[in-house]
Parts: sequence; C-alpha cells; structure tokens
Amino acid sequence: MAVAAAFRASDAEASPDYKPSMSASSSRLTFRQPSVIPGFGLTLGLTLTWLGLIVLLPLSALFIKTSELSLERFIAIVTATRTLHALQVSFGLAFGAALINMVFGAIVVWVLVRYDFPGKKIVDALIDIPFALPTAVAGIALTSLYAENGWVGSLLAPLGIQVSFTPLGILVALLFIGLPFVVRTVQPVLADLDQELEDAAASLGATRTQALVRVVLPSVWPALLTGFALAFARAVGEYGSVIFIAGNLPGVSEIAPLLIVIRLEEFRYADATAIATVMLVASFVLLLIINRLQRWAELRGSKHG
Amino acid sequence: MTIDVVGVTKRFKTFAALDNVSLTIRTGELVALLGPSGSGKTTLLRIIAGLEWPDSGEVRFDGEDALSRSVRERNVGFVFQHYALFRHMNVFENVAFGLRVRRGADKLPEAAIRAKVNELLHLVQIDWLAERYPAQLSGGQRQRVALARALAISPKVLLLDEPFGALDAKVRKELRRWLRHLHEELPVTSVLVTHDQEEALELADRVVVMGHGKIEQVGSPGEVYDNPATAFVHDFIGETIALPGEVKGGALYLGGRPLGLDPQGVADGPARILARPHDVDLADPSSTAISGKVLSVRTFGPTRRADVELAGSSGPVVVEAAVPHGQDLAPGTQVGLKPRRYKVFAA
Repeated sequence: MAVAAAFRASDAEASPDYKPSMSASSSRLTFRQPSVIPGFGLTLGLTLTWLGLIVLLPLSALFIKTSELSLERFIAIVTATRTLHALQVSFGLAFGAALINMVFGAIVVWVLVRYDFPGKKIVDALIDIPFALPTAVAGIALTSLYAENGWVGSLLAPLGIQVSFTPLGILVALLFIGLPFVVRTVQPVLADLDQELEDAAASLGATRTQALVRVVLPSVWPALLTGFALAFARAVGEYGSVIFIAGNLPGVSEIAPLLIVIRLEEFRYADATAIATVMLVASFVLLLIINRLQRWAELRGSKHG
Repeated sequence: MTIDVVGVTKRFKTFAALDNVSLTIRTGELVALLGPSGSGKTTLLRIIAGLEWPDSGEVRFDGEDALSRSVRERNVGFVFQHYALFRHMNVFENVAFGLRVRRGADKLPEAAIRAKVNELLHLVQIDWLAERYPAQLSGGQRQRVALARALAISPKVLLLDEPFGALDAKVRKELRRWLRHLHEELPVTSVLVTHDQEEALELADRVVVMGHGKIEQVGSPGEVYDNPATAFVHDFIGETIALPGEVKGGALYLGGRPLGLDPQGVADGPARILARPHDVDLADPSSTAISGKVLSVRTFGPTRRADVELAGSSGPVVVEAAVPHGQDLAPGTQVGLKPRRYKVFAA
C-alpha cells in the first residue's frame, strides 16, 4: 500500500498536468512503469521479502496468538480499568511529550541552524545522546535527578512538585528520549530553506513574526510532523527509561508496555498479546493519520492545491 | 525617488566588498550596476534595500536617512536572483503577500487586495497562472511573479538582483525589453545588478561599472563603451585587444620599437594600449610598426577573427584582430595592424 502511494506521488511530481485517470491505469493492468533505472522487480521483491521477514512475521504471530482468545474475553481484557488506564497513560503522555518536543525541538533546530556560537559542534553532538544511551541508564539518571533528594527534585519539592514516581516523571523520561527525533528530522529541512525567503518577506513589509509564521513554519511543517510522529512512536513503546522513574502505580503511573511485561510474568500470555494488539492497532491508526496530515502539508507546499 | 549613496564601506572579515563608494541615482532612472562577480555590486544593492548594513557611510532616499529604517520600513521592491517565491503559496497569494501582512490603518479590505493583485498579474501578463504554484511555472513565469510581488507594495524604488541570470538567452532578451517598457510605465526608480554587459548596455539609462569594491565609471551605455575611463572598464565591457607597451619621452614603444601612436598623456613607464577589435585595421606589414605572424583564423557567424602573434617587450603576445569580409588570411603570413581608435592607460 505504501509502495503504491509512493508511486503515485512520484508520478504526480513528474508531470504538472497529472490527473489520476482510471482509464489509463485500467488499460495497463500493471503499475510498472518504463524506467531508466533497471531492477525495479528485483528490488521490490527484496523489499517485500525483507519487510515480511523482519516486520510482518512477528506482527502476524501477535495477531494469531490473540485470535486464540474469544471475543468476549478479549473485550474483557482490554476494557479492564487497569488496562484502559495504562493505555491512557501511555498514549496520552506520549502524545504530550511529542508535542512538547516538537515545540522545543524546533527551537533547538533554529538555534543550531541559524546561529554560530562556540561549542556548537558539541551541542549538536549532545542531541544524539538519547539515541545511544541505554534507556535504563537514562531512567536511573533521571530518577536520581528528579527524586525528592536529587539535584532538580530537591528544588522542585518545596514548590510541591513531585516528578519522580508520578506521571510527570514519565513525561520527563519521554521528553528525554524523543528530542533527537524531532531535531534530526527538522534540522536538514531548515538548513536547506533559503534565507532569501525571509529577506523577501521582510522586504514586502512582513514583521519577523509574520515571516516566521507565514513563510518559515509552512516550509518546515511537514518535517515537524514527521519528527512529531517519530517521537510519538518512540514514546508509546518506551519501556526502559520509564519504569525507573514512573513508580509504576497501577491506575496512576503504570504504562501499557509495563502491564504487558507484568502479564507475561504472570504467564497470562493471552492478556499480554491482547493489550499488545490494541497498542499496535492504535499506534498504526495514529501514525497513519499523522502520515496523511504530513502528506497533505507537503503537497500543499509543492504543487497541488 | 533619488537615492544617494555616500562614502559607503563594507567589509566581510578581511575582504572589502565596498570601498568608499558614492553614487547618486536620480528619480525615474534605470541604473545598472555592472561588474564581475566579487565586485561588490550585489552588496551595494542589498545595502540600498536594507538587507545589509554598511560599516560606514550613508544612504539617503530623497535626502532622508535610510539607514535608520529597516528593510520592512523602506518600502523598496526587491526581486531576488532566484526569485525567492513562497512555494507553499500559489501565484495569487505570493503577489498578495505584501498586502496581507499589513497591519492597522494600512490594512486593505479583501476586495481591494483581490483587485490590486489581479491588476498586477495583468500587468505582468500572467493572469491565467493565478492558481498555479511556483513549482509549476517556468523560469520566465517565476520571474514575472517575483516582479509582480515586489510591485504589490507600490514601491518607489525597484531593486533587481541579476533578474535574468537564471533564464535562457531567448527568454532573457524578451524579458529585458519588457522590463524596460514596464519601468517606463511605472513611477519607479530602478536599480539592476548584472554581470552581463549586453544586458546593462541595452536596458539602462546609466551604467555603473564596478570592480574590486570600487566604482570604476558611471556613464551612459555609449560613454562607458566608447570612452572607458579606466583599463578595467575597457577590458570588462566589449571585446578588447591589449598590447603591453611603454611610454618613453612622450612616445609609445612596443618591444623597443617606436609605434608612432599618441601616448594620450600617459606618463613615462609601462603602459597598456587597448583597442576594440573592430577599430583595428589589417595592413601591409611594412606600413605599420605593429606586425606579426597569423597563427589561426576563426569564423563565427558574421565575424572572423585572426590570432596574431606580436613581439612584445617581454616575449611574444597573441592578440585577436578582426578580419574584414572578402579578405583571405592564411596562417603563417605576416600581417600588420593599424589601430584607428585606441586608449592608452598606465600599467
């Protein structure tokens, strides 16, 4: 499906007067196009095989295992208060963290791309640390920082703000692991953006804010959405760093991935796969929506109204 | 609007982009800033626009200080070399941009914006493209959109940075004439930056020739071509034959032999004799002091050029001479050169 969509998109870019026409595609029952780049069949075959082996096979195992459950049992598992709450915590906080990362990631990118300052290379390299650091290490470090006797936690405690062992702690962990996704997707796009566009906006009388909102933001918007989607996807599935800081109180700060592990440890495999299936489907739907949104923003930015 | 540039200097680190440049542009003029790349012409244009600030010097619009105003407040139309169109907006919205960002009392009602944009699109002859996006346009069409967008804010000054640089030769010629026509229709003072001498000479009322951050000459297209003030201008504009000569006791010498040419007041010392190829006649080698061997003859279109090797003061010099129609020159023959018009500059 994704391949077909990509094909259609590249086709549309090739000819400005492109209109999807049913007659043309039905007269040529194949979507294979004459191309100067050979090897389409081979590479597509490899792609599908690889995708099937690495991604689809484990996923289908998940669905098959779940299908052993009766429908009533399945519904009972996924609508249990504890499950619903865990899903709510996971998706809600992942969404929130991705949103915050999108905003602050954009600012970080702006600074890294637009300004020169001593130590810029080091700051740039630091961004990648959450990629490389074992998540458990990150979780332990964050926990000790934000615990009531930690460096940051001791400052927040007098204000009545408790971070460690609360949903707020989960948010902090998800912010930490999600930031590089936003920065690394938006950075090249902003770097490519011609600064003359901002000069042009200014010469036409736009204020700095107007230039940013009307010219820069629409140009980096698709990349921001991609970064958001990646940060969100990562945060939904995050386990290692969260379980240390979350406190893991059922119904308060218990995340869905942890609940799955707990069920597995109780040998309730069907329960675990049922929750996993719900997570999978929900993530897929959300990512699909974000993907469509991004595609729409991109098209609006290139050719088609 | 008159634009006065007074003693403007601009350095980028150690490189002097502009070195004490002064220039007056009169109301309604179309002035071309002409020079090779790195001559500072674009920097000067950007300083006039307010996209760059000089290290020292003044810029005045109608006698009023312009440097205290930002580009936003100067109300100049700027056409960028690569157009800088907003790719996420269609042609109509691109042109409307300058009107839509207005705030407060200047804000126009939607109907007025539509009317103005349609009028501009009609003026630049692309009304039928209003709904298209920049990526769907040809280079020439983008150029017109960029111009319409710049004109939307009713600027008194129109600044164009290499406006035809990215277009193919035919479209360039067409747009050039059209721009000249447009300039005459509008109450606007235009400054155009170009490295293409043909463009500058054809379009502009006055040409400002720049080199190495300095103004070499300001004059009408005829003046800068026929009476170049410096060797740089002679070299840069039009084709040039250059001979390394020497002035000794008020007479010109080439490779130790007297030439019998007027040194034009150049003091004793090494000199350069510059002439247009079409101002140099072929002659019998015995009748002139400048003579040499024909190396090769090339024909392109209506013109024929011969490479002639002369004996200079420090080794042989090859110059390119015009060969008139109907005259045959075989490589290897000795030929004399007689300049009808020439310029002598101290080297």
